Amino acid sequence: MIWLDTLVQGILLGGLYALFAAGLSLVFGIMRLVNLAHGDLIILAAYLVLMGVTLLGLSPWIAALVAMPAMFALGWLLQAAVLNRVLGKDILPPLLVTFGLSVALQNGLLEAFSADSRRIPVGALEGASLDLGLVTVGIMPLMTFASAIVMIIALNGLFYHTALGRAFRATSDDAVTAGLMGIEPKRIFAIATGIAMIVVTLAALYLGMRANFDPSIGPARLIYAFEAVIIGGLGSLWGTLAGGIIIGVAQTFGAALNPEWQILAGHIAFLAVMLLKPRGLFPRAVD
Amino acid sequence: MLETRGLTANYGQFRALFGVDISVAAGECVAIIGANGAGKSTLMRSITGVIGNEPGMVLHRGEPIGALSSAQIMKRGIAMVPEGRRLFPSLTVEENLLVGGQARKVPGPWNLDAVYDLFPILRERRKSPGTALSGGQQQMVAIGRALMSNPQLLLCDEISLGLAPVVIRDIYAALPRIRESGAAIVLVEQDIGKALAVADRVYCMMEGRVTLAARTAEVTREDIHSAYFGVAS
Repeated sequence: MIWLDTLVQGILLGGLYALFAAGLSLVFGIMRLVNLAHGDLIILAAYLVLMGVTLLGLSPWIAALVAMPAMFALGWLLQAAVLNRVLGKDILPPLLVTFGLSVALQNGLLEAFSADSRRIPVGALEGASLDLGLVTVGIMPLMTFASAIVMIIALNGLFYHTALGRAFRATSDDAVTAGLMGIEPKRIFAIATGIAMIVVTLAALYLGMRANFDPSIGPARLIYAFEAVIIGGLGSLWGTLAGGIIIGVAQTFGAALNPEWQILAGHIAFLAVMLLKPRGLFPRAVD
Repeated sequence: MLETRGLTANYGQFRALFGVDISVAAGECVAIIGANGAGKSTLMRSITGVIGNEPGMVLHRGEPIGALSSAQIMKRGIAMVPEGRRLFPSLTVEENLLVGGQARKVPGPWNLDAVYDLFPILRERRKSPGTALSGGQQQMVAIGRALMSNPQLLLCDEISLGLAPVVIRDIYAALPRIRESGAAIVLVEQDIGKALAVADRVYCMMEGRVTLAARTAEVTREDIHSAYFGVAS
């Protein structure tokens, strides 16, 4: 039963990685922008939630709800004031800008919160588990996974069943023609980055409740997010979840064999998928 | 309603338009003809803000719109059927139509049902991806998509290009109904016969300049020939 348990833990861990990756996937899907500061923005959001809990005495869930509009506004501003200016045919300028932002965020967070490792306190929920007979699963991993599913359903609903979603997809297809339809691509990009930051806040909530974080760990989270997005195939959210699960399962099996192999096993799984399916498991027809 | 004054346009160092003056009155149908590379599509791209201009080079109801974005110009009621149709591949036929009307919501004769009545085949294909349709059907979607915003002015860039004659006939058959709905139409065409048959006035362009401006009822074959090719017949 130990293998079944390992498999289930890995799948649930994949939910966390999907949360890390979904915002990245969304932004890339709409504006072909690779945000190298994505991991650091997750850490920033985790500190925001932590401040809500420690300074305002809110529960982590309420603190995250409060942080979400703030992060949306930050994403909107970041896109409108900075990233929209550098988006263009050349992919290098936005890449460099987000790399610079990553460094700036890490230093800013270090200045504001010190290098101490922190955690969002959740009380009894942290160790709570559910006995399913064959396996026992932690409530927190289960909630993470469920949140990832709900978030993907909500984002897909937004994309495929609303006017805003149509504008997202039209702009992604052809920004010039979208302009002729009365859609301002730059405004759409700003809204998309704002929504990505709401997803980032959700990821930050679970990251901060499940593990310690400090200002320097953003880039390591970014790697998992990248791998999940690329395994899944760029632009597909369910693919991103599948990518997250593959990394999560590889990591838990790696750790079961030898605790030192956990991280390595995830990266090897990523490389294996890239060897077999260079465009990812669920590539979009038009890239 | 729409007027260009000394409109110039450049692609980098290359100048594509040299002081173009045209005007379109409300409800009118104007044809713009000319050979490949004459600057017709550049003129459309300039009017719709795809290529930026000096503000005063394009006037809509007397107000300068030359420096506005494509989206702002569209919201003023100037809709475009772009060359090559440019449907959104990720969107179904119906979504392509809906996206044309969602940014400018004004009362008017055009909605999904009216577009489906104009082009009944689209009703049957409404769940298909836009780009899965034949060229003619895609052109119908592109025209319907522009109509969904109930424009005062519809700019049609080469709507017959690459289509079979029988398909072109179907598409041109829809133009009178579009005019009846009150919209002015600008037809950019290489098919001179088709364009002159429906237009009230015609401009001919050559090498980025207007070489002829006339009422279609009064223009002669010789006028067109010399304006189109730059030589007397």
